[in-house]
Amino acid sequence: MADRQHITVALAGNPNAGKTTLFNALTGLKQKVANYPGVTVERKSGPWTLNGHAADLIDLPGLYSLDATSLDEHIARDIITGERPEVPRPNAVVAVVDATNLERNLYLVTQLFEFGVPVVVALTMIDQFEKQKHQIDVEMLSALLKTPVVAVNAKTGRGIDELAEKVNDVIGTTPEVPYVFDETREDGPHGKIFARYQFISNAVQESVWHSDHDKHRLSEKIDRVLTHRFFGLVILVAILLVVFQTIFSWATLPMDLLESGFGALSEATKSALPEGILADLIADGIIAGVGGVVVFLPQILLLFLFISLLEDSGYMARAAFLLDKLMSRIGLHGKAFLPLISSFACAIPGIMATRTIESRRDRFATILIAPFMSCSARLPVYTLMIGAFFGGQYVMGFISVGALLMLAMYAIGIIVAIAVAFVLKRTVLKAPPPPFLMELPPYRLPNLRTVVQNMLTRAWLFLKRAGTVILAISIILWALMYFPRQGLESGVLSPEQEQTQSLRSEVLSPEQEKEGSAQDSRLNTSDSGQTQDSLQLKRSFAGRLGHAIEPVIEPLGFDWKIGVALIASFAAREVLVSTLSIIYNVGRDANEESETLISAIRDEKKDDGTPVWTPLTALTLMVFFVLAMQCMSTLAVVRRETNSWTWPIFMFAYMTVIAYIAALLTYQGGKLLGFG
Amino acid sequence: MVKTTLTDVVPGRSVRVTAVSGSGRITQRLLEMGIIPGVSLKVVKSAPFGDPIEVRLRGYSLAMRRSEAAAVEVA
Repeated sequence: MADRQHITVALAGNPNAGKTTLFNALTGLKQKVANYPGVTVERKSGPWTLNGHAADLIDLPGLYSLDATSLDEHIARDIITGERPEVPRPNAVVAVVDATNLERNLYLVTQLFEFGVPVVVALTMIDQFEKQKHQIDVEMLSALLKTPVVAVNAKTGRGIDELAEKVNDVIGTTPEVPYVFDETREDGPHGKIFARYQFISNAVQESVWHSDHDKHRLSEKIDRVLTHRFFGLVILVAILLVVFQTIFSWATLPMDLLESGFGALSEATKSALPEGILADLIADGIIAGVGGVVVFLPQILLLFLFISLLEDSGYMARAAFLLDKLMSRIGLHGKAFLPLISSFACAIPGIMATRTIESRRDRFATILIAPFMSCSARLPVYTLMIGAFFGGQYVMGFISVGALLMLAMYAIGIIVAIAVAFVLKRTVLKAPPPPFLMELPPYRLPNLRTVVQNMLTRAWLFLKRAGTVILAISIILWALMYFPRQGLESGVLSPEQEQTQSLRSEVLSPEQEKEGSAQDSRLNTSDSGQTQDSLQLKRSFAGRLGHAIEPVIEPLGFDWKIGVALIASFAAREVLVSTLSIIYNVGRDANEESETLISAIRDEKKDDGTPVWTPLTALTLMVFFVLAMQCMSTLAVVRRETNSWTWPIFMFAYMTVIAYIAALLTYQGGKLLGFG
Repeated sequence: MVKTTLTDVVPGRSVRVTAVSGSGRITQRLLEMGIIPGVSLKVVKSAPFGDPIEVRLRGYSLAMRRSEAAAVEVA
């Protein structure tokens, strides 16, 4: 008898076999989700009561075989054989088998027998099977497999108690392999596979009665439309449009609420705490920094809701089927399409959505190009630059230059992404094309509970782990703009005055600019016409960095002030607008539509009297923003999803280099052509 | 005589697998998914750009690229 204190049961089954639904039904809401150390495969476990005893139920990745050709299979195999130190060797395995797809699903079960671990078969989808007027003799199947078989239904609770009972019974026993395999047979290296299927075919023939595999009839009809050569593609595009339209429109309200919520929280902190460094750190560094990321939560929740629905219904496999040919031309998997489209809203949910791609190299290639898709954070920058220099201009009398430029920016991102994917898949991520063998599961109504749970789990992971890294980076950035505090203009300020006028660097909280204090700004304006904010910025470490990088950015037509804004916007692109507002002394309430900021940018002069900004400078900056990796949240998520620092660092480096070169070509090329 | 493979089968036709050639990972995966000599399968359709193709066997649907399908000999 095994140690009754520490019973571990593993749940194994094919993808689409109903494993997640059963896992949720058995463990309730108390499950834990983590990654296996060293890999990004999700690891779920939860409590399960067996005959009054507490047991740990661990969910193995969905798999077809235990022959360890993929990462998932390797992990599953290691767990079953007890080779993963963080997971105790399971005392029994519950094999989840889809009754409507018995032959292929039983293949995994035969392999489990060979590992010598006690197995109980949980037969899912049995109601659907019976509805189709097929019958399955569960007892006969059990006798043939020489192991307990229980028909279950997670929704009605059928078989759930019996399953626990049977698992309790088999613990401590040794399973019998119900077929003989002769190693010396002439079937060659695959003799074992033939022997397993031979046994399965016989077992199924003896225990199942049906005239025809007609469960696909409905799916087949649906597929006649959804994977149609022409209409299939049209419908795919329509579905995507609806999904993104919905994400943008539904997420606006909760995002606005979150933004103002964090703004209010920040204000409340400032009034509750004595003014000074602590209040500033908490309000401007921590609340604003973390808040800037949390505002994306509604979009992420909605996107994962749709992804879960599309996946659970079986549609996602069809989208990959439809697009694999196009995607494979640039070296990507068909499944990369949706994550890339998602990235136009925000790269973070897009990168998280790459989890459906099994091949690690394909997945990483997709992650690495996702940030080139022009996300919503670039829009304020485009809007400001177009507003200042290209507003109201038309070509051929009716085509808006602004709209053309906007379109050009999206196009540049896509073209560079394709080129980079092409290069990556032939260099650092070089691999033979992964086998594209994908099951097209029958269409099913998604299980609402699974969908919601899936959404909440992902959201929580996003909040928890992305939050910790983001918190750290926010504090560092805040400090760079806040320190050193000495040496403010002429030193005439008493410590109290200085405190009163202390910089509330709000670069990380655009939401505060809107509500923020234009009044404060005016009060802070010193004789020289500069606000304390801009003076502080000039002398802060960030300001010094701006001066330090001036030689590097000069060939792009940028001065040190733009340099400060550039450095700050490496945290998040939107920050550019608020930083420029502080630098150009227009008050912190300026936003991208602010007339004052636009005119300040137009009027800004170099020492020799020539304007700092020209249309060419603006264009160069936009090109830089399309291509540069300026989003610490994305880097944090890449760090988490790839479980290494190498990839986020690589991503940051190569994107910045490409952005710099592209901006340099734009500026110098433009000058050669006589612009600017 | 040239061997007939899955890539030669017109959508809508049913065939019997006679052999799965090769010895690599892809071959092993094809076999594990139930494509073993003796099994009968039906080519359902090909995707809009001609690749991948969808086959049905053992009561389920499987999509594969033509490069994989070329390893499956049929009669």
